[in-house]
Amino acid sequence: MRLYFKNARLIDPETGTDGLGGLFVVDGLISDPVDVDEVIDCGGKCLAPGIVDIGVKVSEPGERHKESFASAGRAAISGGITTIVTRPDTDPAIDTPETLEFIERRASIDAAVNVLPMAALTKNRLGREMTEIGFLLDAGAVAFTDCDRVVTDTKIFSRVLTYAHSLGALVIGHVQEPGLSEGGSVTSGKFATLRGLAGISPMAERMGLDRDIALLEMTGASYHVDQITTARALPALERAKANGLDITAGVGVHHLTLNELDVADYRTFFKLKPPLRSEDDRLAVVEAVASGLIDIICSMHTPQDEESKRLPYEEAASGAVALETLLPAALRLVHAGHMDLPHLFRALALNPANRLGLQCGRLSVGAPADLVLFDPNASYRLDRFALFSKSKNTPFDGAILQGKIIATYVGGVNKTKGLANA
Amino acid sequence: MTFRASHLLGIEHLHSTEITTLLDLADQYAEDNRKGRAHRDVLEGLTQINMFFENSTRTQASFEIAGKRLGADVMNMAMQASSIKKGETLIDTALTLNAMRPDLLVVRHPHSGAVDLLAQKVNCAVLNAGDGRHEHPTQALLDALTIRRAKGRLHRLSIAICGDVAHSRVARSNIMLLGKMENRVRLVGPPTLLPAGVEEFGVEVFSDMREGLKDVDVVMMLRLQKERMDGGFIPSEREYFHRYGLDAEKLSHAKPDAIVMHPGPMNRGVEIDGSIADDINRSVIQEQVEMGVAVRMAAMDLLARNLGASRRAKTLGVMV
Repeated sequence: MRLYFKNARLIDPETGTDGLGGLFVVDGLISDPVDVDEVIDCGGKCLAPGIVDIGVKVSEPGERHKESFASAGRAAISGGITTIVTRPDTDPAIDTPETLEFIERRASIDAAVNVLPMAALTKNRLGREMTEIGFLLDAGAVAFTDCDRVVTDTKIFSRVLTYAHSLGALVIGHVQEPGLSEGGSVTSGKFATLRGLAGISPMAERMGLDRDIALLEMTGASYHVDQITTARALPALERAKANGLDITAGVGVHHLTLNELDVADYRTFFKLKPPLRSEDDRLAVVEAVASGLIDIICSMHTPQDEESKRLPYEEAASGAVALETLLPAALRLVHAGHMDLPHLFRALALNPANRLGLQCGRLSVGAPADLVLFDPNASYRLDRFALFSKSKNTPFDGAILQGKIIATYVGGVNKTKGLANA
Repeated sequence: MTFRASHLLGIEHLHSTEITTLLDLADQYAEDNRKGRAHRDVLEGLTQINMFFENSTRTQASFEIAGKRLGADVMNMAMQASSIKKGETLIDTALTLNAMRPDLLVVRHPHSGAVDLLAQKVNCAVLNAGDGRHEHPTQALLDALTIRRAKGRLHRLSIAICGDVAHSRVARSNIMLLGKMENRVRLVGPPTLLPAGVEEFGVEVFSDMREGLKDVDVVMMLRLQKERMDGGFIPSEREYFHRYGLDAEKLSHAKPDAIVMHPGPMNRGVEIDGSIADDINRSVIQEQVEMGVAVRMAAMDLLARNLGASRRAKTLGVMV
């Protein structure tokens, strides 16, 4: 199959281009100009590499009523995401080659997008014994993480990092010092006090990051921070990068677009882990994405059913669904003038692809034709019950979003067409 | 008539004129209570349910007496011993009770915001009798009435709130109420028991008791919430009493006519010396309990008057 996307506003994060042009696709790969079978008129809308989303929770196995590979796949297509990198914090955790194979099998049957699984760093994510990192790598794990649990024993963590380094495995960490974070559900400060909710000092993040940077100096491991959400953690990250450590950092889209005050009168859909931060922190983190200090924007997609959220704030579950709102929400940063579209797609597609050693995330010849066609300006009011995710826990319910996905192509195939029948 | 609220969930959303309206009515009830004059027609035919998800003797009794004096049918539910143990969620409990068509629901819950959540789901007036560390509005109102009666006014007073502010919903409601009525509020306590961001509330913060009490009109002591202590906030009870317990010497730094308050139940010898608590010239602690009944009568009276309007609005789908 040979395709030509004509009249497209091409957004290529690798070259930094943003301009009208066309794109040839042959057998699922971006190619040099050829004779084509089909011409697709993009009508001047944006054509960018599909999003690579690190840290998606698909609730299989264990809680398939919250999200399955089929529903997560549809949600990803609807959101312009072509590769989801799944979290191992399922029930049971993905900590053996056998459970990893279950993920790969289920994903290949049901998911309409590329699914790359991550595996747990320690058995059952308990922080005591390392998983079979070698076998898991062979079985296809792209990174290792205990998700929101921190390996508190530094001796164990240093050994795991050393072992992972010897195999070239990427470790993803959650840098919230657990002692200081324990029991809190919002960021400490005036708002927490006003609402009578136990707060977490933002210093917990810097302490967690400082510790892990020291361990990286010790072990030389490849390390990615799942989420940096506070201003205080940024200087440490900058120093670690300047010192040549193999460290990258991500941030969830909600921490870039919302702040602690959005919790308002105990709205549990805004309960996240780590909690939403002050407006000063949000702006500092946006600035860090714009400067490239923070490399990756992700959805931190975390489905929760209604029962887990319809509880008093401190008892309610954390997390929000975000596959479908990731791009429209992230576009707020472009509309607000913080960065241009190629830069945004560096954080959404190119950088995560590079970190995982993938060929996608760019519009160069030979790259997979994983593409998103979108109108950055079309606006609409989000209705959470219109989401493809099985769980509807989005903080953007009723919000005006600007940016509409027209079509998502995986390997040159328009997957959006299949959504209508789903 | 300037009381528009349909629930009493906290001081935060009350206007100062609503506070004055409520206190004026409570003042009348306080006088009538002393004279033994009954008002059994005010809430006649209305059902009041007290739902306490957390142990309470005094507050529950105060609400019960207030309801009965006004003629309501009062029912107490000990929620700790009931369906919660069977795994029912708060919202299901609320819906179940709502189906029994109560008119007034008095709720105490260990989680901040739980009473707000419940109020969204029921079709009656909800009174917050304390939620987590968030608010305890009737306590702040009864404190305000006590101060107003003792001092003759509720503005331009200097008031020190002392002790475990971090874990106290009483302190939060009082800071808001006294601020709205234009008083100077000081918070006095060890830094480990003061909440984060407290300096942004328009209060003065002291960690030294003598400095904090200097020339104040009102000394409001807080209970040291031992059951809420995760551990490690203060070295020991005796060191706490030595540095922060209210005794005659520390009280001497306040104005000579300063009154002493405590929301109860007191830990004698921890946050307050027994002789101060019992000093009828300084302590208004018993009057606080008395005003508690009057304030709760006034609150339920005013909410019952708004009941018809808020129910009609709800069936029409109007936000009130």
